Amino acid sequence: MWEYKGRLSKYLDKLFMIFGLLLCLTGLAVITILLIDLFIDGSPRLTLKFLISYPSRSPEKAGILSAWVGSFLVMFVTVFAAIPVGVAAGIYLEEYAPKNWVTDIMEINIANLSGVPSVIFGLLALGVFVYMLGLGESILTGGLTLALLVLPIVIMSTREAIRAIPQAIREASYACGATRWQTVRWHVLPYSMGGILTGVIIGLSRAIGETAPLVTIGALTFIAFLPSPPISTEFPFISFRWLLDQFTVMPVQIFNWVSRPQKEFHLNAAAASIILLLMTLIMNGFAIYLRYRFRRKIRW
Amino acid sequence: MERKILSLAMVILLVLAFCLDSQAKSVIKVDGSSTVYPITEAMGEEFQKVKKGSVHVTVGISGTGGGFKKFCRGETDISDASRPILKKEMEVCKENGIQYIELPVAYDGLAVMVNPKNNWVDKLTVEELKKMWEPDAQGKITNWKQIRPEWPDLPLKLYGPGVDSGTFDYFTEAIVGKAKASRGDFTASEDDNVLVQGIAGDKGGLGYFGVAYYEENKDKLKLVPIVNPKTGQAVLPSIDTVMEGIYQPLSRPLFIYVNLKSVEKPEVREFVEFYLKNAPKLVKEVGYIPLPEKAYPMALERFTKKELGTVFGGEPEVGLKVEELLKKEAKH
Repeated sequence: MWEYKGRLSKYLDKLFMIFGLLLCLTGLAVITILLIDLFIDGSPRLTLKFLISYPSRSPEKAGILSAWVGSFLVMFVTVFAAIPVGVAAGIYLEEYAPKNWVTDIMEINIANLSGVPSVIFGLLALGVFVYMLGLGESILTGGLTLALLVLPIVIMSTREAIRAIPQAIREASYACGATRWQTVRWHVLPYSMGGILTGVIIGLSRAIGETAPLVTIGALTFIAFLPSPPISTEFPFISFRWLLDQFTVMPVQIFNWVSRPQKEFHLNAAAASIILLLMTLIMNGFAIYLRYRFRRKIRW
Repeated sequence: MERKILSLAMVILLVLAFCLDSQAKSVIKVDGSSTVYPITEAMGEEFQKVKKGSVHVTVGISGTGGGFKKFCRGETDISDASRPILKKEMEVCKENGIQYIELPVAYDGLAVMVNPKNNWVDKLTVEELKKMWEPDAQGKITNWKQIRPEWPDLPLKLYGPGVDSGTFDYFTEAIVGKAKASRGDFTASEDDNVLVQGIAGDKGGLGYFGVAYYEENKDKLKLVPIVNPKTGQAVLPSIDTVMEGIYQPLSRPLFIYVNLKSVEKPEVREFVEFYLKNAPKLVKEVGYIPLPEKAYPMALERFTKKELGTVFGGEPEVGLKVEELLKKEAKH
């Protein structure tokens, strides 16, 4: 009897493997078809001119210069706002916070935040950043809005990464007379950097494709000039005026082109999507490289 | 190694930064309807070329309502609108001391479209359209046979723009008689291309949207003539029928609203004048229908005389000719 059962189990095991493989392939096939379609539509428009032209009413003249520069600068602000806050919050919750109901409430709220629709973040930002703090419809507002959006992801992945470090490491550090901060600074943080970066990148990859919150705070569609340069010819040579300039981003431009009646604009949208994919890929690649460097340094 | 890469990146950034010009420039801020957007985009593009980049124009697409919200807070110089300003919006403007000039800039025809395989619809009357779209039709009018008994026994599938769009407001006002009064069980999309795909793949489909989308999809859609209730004639939307006011009640004027305070800025005044002078050519180029020739000089006069307020008095109105509009006394 049990021999029969054993055979059945083996059979089921194989069946499940095939089932799983099929599911994986379905997902892959769908995304491949999508990508191929995108490339067929968009590749003829992928020229250098497309990258260095402003939007235009004639599709063949239109380009994405203001859009990709906008996306790049907004992500720049997002990185500088989300990483310090998110990582610090993660460290606090994992290393310092006492286990009581206040901490529990904080944890539940952070977990819930990651499920809030992104347009809600846009409305919040419109009220707080644009009107209350008077930052206007600027790159700074856009970056901070997206930072709020990715914050839960950064916090959660920081905690995961910190939790993966063996307790023995901390104890060894304390045994040598290190304080809690010294332990965090010289051991916990460096060792968990790889995991933290992964989380940051997942967050940023989500943020770079967001349209709704940025449209809500007033990202523009037609903007045929670039923000003020970060370097000035006068002292102190570095200018932050670009932070308060108006902007547009890639997904907003893509959305606008997709909804136009003319087919030529749809091709532009496909080409811009390819560039957006490339930007995400480059970001991911950079993160993988950094993670590799950090991991190599760790010798336990 | 790491240092080298970093410093290289810094140098590249520096060079890039120096290549960009750093002068502060005057900016004209426009926001509002996504229907009017292509026209203002074209104007902004050309105007910037003419001014050789000394003036910047930015255009957003917050929608007609969202645009007026910003406009009445004094955040924008010009507001794009696919319908006249409403009473509520007028009140907000008044509270904030914002005065404005209302200028019609183009026509848009709303086309009613069916699947090319549909060989039974020769024309539709406003009553028939109302029967399909009014709120009471929800769940009841689901078959072509119910509209006219001789039509085939085929499910009627409706497609239309989302409820936040000015197009939806105008269509319901013109057909049902009350803005925003519509059945809810139709396929709605903010992206008109989705509607095109829907009707093209559905033999019993019917939908409405801007005539520009038909022009680009002639092979996938069939245009339905609409009976003008005043003359009793069935009319197809075209540049001529819309411009001459025969394609009624589904043609509507598109507007820009200019903040009076912004008119004091020479670049804004110049931009609006440029807008009205170049409209006949550029409006056509982006797929809309220009106003009759006489209308643009009349609008320009209205602008130079700074005639404030709206001629609509906050009430949506259907079927007015632009010349009549421009002669009407404004309220504010």
